[in-house]
Amino acid sequence: MTAPSAAAETAARPGLGTRLLRNPLAAGSSLVLALVALAVVLAPWIAPFGPNEGDIADAHQSASGSHWLGTNAIGGDIYSNLLHAGRYSLTGAALTLAVASVLGITAGLLAGYFRGWFENAATAVIGLLLALPGMIVLLAARAAFGPSLWTSMTIVGILAAPAYFWVVHASVSAVRREPYIDAARVSGLSDPRIIRRHVLAAVRGPIFIQTAAVAGAAIGVQAGLEFIGLGDPNMVTWGTMLNDGFKDLYAHPMLMIWPSLMVSTVCVAFTLLGIGLRDTTEGAAAPRTRRRKRPTPSPTAARTADRDGALLSVRGLRIGYPQPDGTVTEVVRGVDLDIARGQVHGLVGESGSGKTQTAFAVLGVLPEPGHITGGSVLFDGTELADAHERTYAPLRGLRIAYVPQEPMSNLDPAFTIGYQLAEPLRRRMGMSRAQARTRALELLDRVGIADPEGTLRRYPHEISGGMAQRVLIAAAVACDPDLLIADEPTTALDVTVQAEVLDLLRDLRAERGMGVLLVTHNLGVVADLCDHVSVMRAGEIVESAPAARLFDAPQHAYTRELLAAVVDDEGPARPPLSTPNEPVPREAAE
Amino acid sequence: MLSYRLRRTLSGLRQLAAATVVSFLLLYAASGDVARNLMGESATREQVDQKAAQLGVDQPVWTQFADWLGGAFQGDLGRSWFTGQEVTEAIGIRFPVTLSLIVGTTVLTALLSAVLGVWAGTRRGGADRFVQVLSVLGVALPGFVVALVLVTQFAIRLEWFPATGYTPVEVSFTGWLKSITLPVVALTFGGMVFVTQQLRGAVIDTLRQDWVRTLRTRGLSSRRILFVHVLRSAAGPAVSVLGLHFIGLVGGAVIIEQVFTLPGLGQYTIGATASGDLPVVMGIVLLTAVVVFAANLATDLAVGWLNPKARRS
Repeated sequence: MTAPSAAAETAARPGLGTRLLRNPLAAGSSLVLALVALAVVLAPWIAPFGPNEGDIADAHQSASGSHWLGTNAIGGDIYSNLLHAGRYSLTGAALTLAVASVLGITAGLLAGYFRGWFENAATAVIGLLLALPGMIVLLAARAAFGPSLWTSMTIVGILAAPAYFWVVHASVSAVRREPYIDAARVSGLSDPRIIRRHVLAAVRGPIFIQTAAVAGAAIGVQAGLEFIGLGDPNMVTWGTMLNDGFKDLYAHPMLMIWPSLMVSTVCVAFTLLGIGLRDTTEGAAAPRTRRRKRPTPSPTAARTADRDGALLSVRGLRIGYPQPDGTVTEVVRGVDLDIARGQVHGLVGESGSGKTQTAFAVLGVLPEPGHITGGSVLFDGTELADAHERTYAPLRGLRIAYVPQEPMSNLDPAFTIGYQLAEPLRRRMGMSRAQARTRALELLDRVGIADPEGTLRRYPHEISGGMAQRVLIAAAVACDPDLLIADEPTTALDVTVQAEVLDLLRDLRAERGMGVLLVTHNLGVVADLCDHVSVMRAGEIVESAPAARLFDAPQHAYTRELLAAVVDDEGPARPPLSTPNEPVPREAAE
Repeated sequence: MLSYRLRRTLSGLRQLAAATVVSFLLLYAASGDVARNLMGESATREQVDQKAAQLGVDQPVWTQFADWLGGAFQGDLGRSWFTGQEVTEAIGIRFPVTLSLIVGTTVLTALLSAVLGVWAGTRRGGADRFVQVLSVLGVALPGFVVALVLVTQFAIRLEWFPATGYTPVEVSFTGWLKSITLPVVALTFGGMVFVTQQLRGAVIDTLRQDWVRTLRTRGLSSRRILFVHVLRSAAGPAVSVLGLHFIGLVGGAVIIEQVFTLPGLGQYTIGATASGDLPVVMGIVLLTAVVVFAANLATDLAVGWLNPKARRS
């Protein structure tokens, strides 16, 4: 739930009312509701006729100067009746709102804040309320207490209380864990004070949104009940007008249309108000969804000579992200890279230097709205810079493969390991089910998983991070690729597993002669595995050299800094720079 | 997996029991002096007492409940106090009508929300706005208003469908389909919104997952990734909402049944409750509770199948 952060934002920018008025949806619907409420309240003065006034001689007249909307079967003025009826309709809805909000909010606050037995009891009662057949409860109450609008709307309120309860309970439970609540407690604030000042502030937004929804529903339910004849016969409401109109629908449809219009208008207004409130409190403007016209990248055809023979050749690669103000922020600015078959090319640099973006660009999977703004990505003669999916179809998963950074978030949680390993084998390489299974077992065995049979049947949440990383490597090399792009393949693992995974990559490279682009910030890994190293900083390659030369005689100041950091750290296995964005190793089972 | 199913079943049974007991007590409180109502004002005290003894309403409430429950376990829900008809028989005639509506609506809702939700979630832009407008109308327009618009346009003006009435499926399949089309569309229009919105949001969230990118790098087609992988992960919450929608329909179809004068449980329920015909209403309560129980269980199992992680919590 985003409620706490949204609320914190709300608290930081005072004047919810002001912002609400600036939101056209909220302001417009509030205006409509205010007008309806005003007209209804002023009905005794502004309605041309009284509530029960009517002359049977005037029955079924069409709209005229004296009867703006015409008359009904007993000659009553429809316009006046609508206004008078609104009093009961709106008061009834208000009663439902009051009952639902008082019960639901109080219970939700107490259950979420104090937890314990009250939470259990409240959850049980709410569960029961949801399980009760609402219609039958309403009917039974009607039989027991007589046909009363107020009784019915009170019961609707009780049945609607869970709507508030869940929203408040969820928000409060989330807020309860925020450090500032503990801070408030430690500083000696009493519980009621904390609830009033901090917790209520956090749930205010969701409560408003829920109120708009419940109000609309209350009007609708009330009208619906009366429409099917379960109203209070002594009261004229929009619903009873609907009921009257329905009896004569085919002859005099207008009798039905006016109250329908009234009910619909109020319901639509409440719904729009809810959407406006949500946008205002959550600060979520509608997503901009226009399809951009992308600037076509201009492949720099220069220097083709020295690109010959390279498996992957990147020239002048630029990657940009369009900003809301129309500018484009470039995160990669003119990167050159060459990888030969069988070569391991290390791409090092701190977090945010554009390493991963470069890798995604080669794979053609840059996150929207990022795209290649210039340069060339040539894979074995095929230009990939901003290429169509069709261009990638024969490459991805057959000739280019990818090992991602975070093992646990890169497996589909809903499918077994076996399914995810076999799927590309069957879809891409045309294997039969049995073939794919045999191959998957081989692969798992090859990456050093002890129990391949058992692992095939497991779901991602049932294996450890180290195993997940091995599975991902197995999936990547399954197709025997020419180029493997491995993005921090060891970062999320502990040191012993790191070493094993690196050994595995080294062996696979030797066995299959594949080229590897190894993205890492860990110079220890580079020293261990790479033939050639490119150092990246702020979207540019600052130095590129064979590994041995780079370590012996670094040319660029930044490279020397990186190396110095490793030496100071007395061990190449540790990351050379403090990188705040570095993913924290996760526990396998959470 | 077994213990997951077991736990969900037990919690469902608990709710079923609670709903039955509470409804019985409510109805008992509401029913008043049934024997006197049945016999009329002119009946003698003895006649009334005799009637009460015959119906069993002279017993304490717990005895009455135990009798009812004992019967229910043997499939005997008693007879209507007013017409003497067997409750199981009376419900058996009307339930297929309501069930047709509920199941039809759920199927149509699932299909339309899947299409619209995935469309809006992947295309955004115009698709998003279209779904949003549809959502506002669906939430805001009361079902009977939609129903009336449908009736005037498609039944009265174009005469494509009957305006009222029900044709049993065993009489004529096309007749049955025609007779439930408009009510089902009217019911779907209101409930589809929530499922669609839920699915749209979940599709957008799921598409941002790391594993979607990784699947793309394995060369799987966008269509396969969307419909096999993304949809499966995104469907969980939408299926939960669909389950709630189904449960809401069990009671919520009443109004639509009324508009289309369908001989379902709706009208029967209103009549029986108003007259205090306890055996009939309890029969309906029990049926409703069982349907709700079954729907909840089906939803839980579906969500558990879609999301293996959910089976553990």
